[in-house]
Amino acid sequence: MVERTPIFNAICQIVLFIGLLTVLLPFVIVIVAATHDIRAVNTVPMSMVPGSELFTNLHEAWVRADLGRKLLNSFLFAGTVAAGKVLLSSMAAFAIVYFRFPGRMLMFWLIFITLMLPLEVRIVPTYAVAANALAPFQAILNITGITWLIQTVSGLQVKLEWGLLNSYTGLILPLVATATGTFLYRQFYLTVPDELAEAAKMDGSGPVRFFVDILFPLSKPNMIALFTIMFVWSWNQYLWPMLITTDPNFGIAVTQLKHLIPSEFGLPDWNVAMAGTLIIMAPPLIVVILMQRWFVRGLISTEK
Amino acid sequence: MEKRATFSSTTIGLLFAAPMLVLIFVFFYWPSGQALYWAFTLEQPWGGGNTWVGLQNFRQLLMDPYYWGAISRSMVFGLGATSIAMGVALLLALFTDREMRGHKAYRSIFIWPYAIAAPALGLAFRFILAPEAGFLSLINQIWPGLWNPALDGTDAMIAVIVAFSWKYIGYNFIFFLSALQSIPRSLIEAAAMDGSGPMRRMWDIQLPLLTPTLFFLLVINITESFQDSFGIVDIMTQGGPARATELMVYKIYFDGFKGLDYSGAAAQSIILMGLVVLLTIVQFRFVERRVHYK
Repeated sequence: MVERTPIFNAICQIVLFIGLLTVLLPFVIVIVAATHDIRAVNTVPMSMVPGSELFTNLHEAWVRADLGRKLLNSFLFAGTVAAGKVLLSSMAAFAIVYFRFPGRMLMFWLIFITLMLPLEVRIVPTYAVAANALAPFQAILNITGITWLIQTVSGLQVKLEWGLLNSYTGLILPLVATATGTFLYRQFYLTVPDELAEAAKMDGSGPVRFFVDILFPLSKPNMIALFTIMFVWSWNQYLWPMLITTDPNFGIAVTQLKHLIPSEFGLPDWNVAMAGTLIIMAPPLIVVILMQRWFVRGLISTEK
Repeated sequence: MEKRATFSSTTIGLLFAAPMLVLIFVFFYWPSGQALYWAFTLEQPWGGGNTWVGLQNFRQLLMDPYYWGAISRSMVFGLGATSIAMGVALLLALFTDREMRGHKAYRSIFIWPYAIAAPALGLAFRFILAPEAGFLSLINQIWPGLWNPALDGTDAMIAVIVAFSWKYIGYNFIFFLSALQSIPRSLIEAAAMDGSGPMRRMWDIQLPLLTPTLFFLLVINITESFQDSFGIVDIMTQGGPARATELMVYKIYFDGFKGLDYSGAAAQSIILMGLVVLLTIVQFRFVERRVHYK
């Protein structure tokens, strides 16, 4: 810094060190608890010297929560949500920034408003829609009288039905349907020099070619940042996956945590619970540690 | 900002936007509209008829002491967790920004809590704060029965607040630090030349310049405390003991999916939506205009 302030610096270092302990201690406790046997984990206070049961506990948690299948599902789920988000929002932002057509501003606001209401807030009706994703269209057909028209003309009853409960589609689509990434991309496109589009047009490229060959490669940093935060965000989703997947085949890892809570009257095997927690919290943590620069960048530019 | 060079084909433009628009129509606008419809009607669970009841659902809700309880608990939770998470993060960011020895390590480690799923840290804290094992049980050895989140409502509330604020320290830290780093160094150096110490500079230069970030984070933290709290509450306390940690989203979930009271849950959703929208509008209108230093 600019001047010498040894006392103040010492205070800062102490405060930062306490902060470091506060942040790291829960991680350390989870890891140490996962290495103990059931007796050691329940002694008060628990010994901070690691035990030797780590692999037994990891194995036990793995089997009990069916983590092989669930982790695979989680990777699929989080990866697809993140990829879908990148693809759809880059396209939507392209339409908003690079085209002039009536209703463009309305579209912009329609997408923008979705930022306001997170899924948890409108969970009950969204669940009802997931039970039949085509219900909105059916209702529109009914109201506009098209159902009636088709029925009188051809004698066929139009019944659109597409249940999404207990499917990957149902797990993924509602989480893709928010505006987060669209704004990140909009900001980015606005910084792309106009000359590029002009030159591309002059050389005879249409919008699709411009998007695929010029904007797409240019937006790589953006893509990585958005993918990183969306991956972590969707890995950590809880309420929606819990509701939509009652079939264990489609369950994801985070919702399995509930099965790891030691029951009140059973064995207090916190060592297994902590081993499971360790496995389930590791992937997003590793992503954040390795991709920190992108994570921070994505977070700051999507929220502002 | 507008682009000078644009493409003229409306069809292709709409095609690019179509997937996103269809998704938000089906999974955002339709459900939100449906919530509105359900809030004013009485719906039989899982199909059946709807009867128009006007404001009856809301009246019933507002007469329900349990609902008011959920609102006030959400407020206690939101304000408590937000002030701890923001206060600690601000302090850590201010000190990390002084770039003393080890600041690079601090800068990355303080972000870690935000990577952890709310239910996962809920389970971790359930163990750490458990009355019979873990670490806070030490207190019970000295003063038996002093700490028990499974039986005492206040203790349970403290436990969920601690767990939630721990996660959001990481989140707030990222934003505070990046805002601090965007303050021109020359400003701080000039102040130092004029003889102000580090405390004075924090108070008179850095904090005022942070106000937009501060307000922004305040709104985000409170909205997140409505939604991200669900996993923590569900794993740590399940709303108990005796509803002591039943927050608004948890009550919506409980009434809607466990109690199958769609109309009541929809009315609660509408009120919560109103609250969140209000907060967002406050952020966009009020804060962005009043607190601007550029």
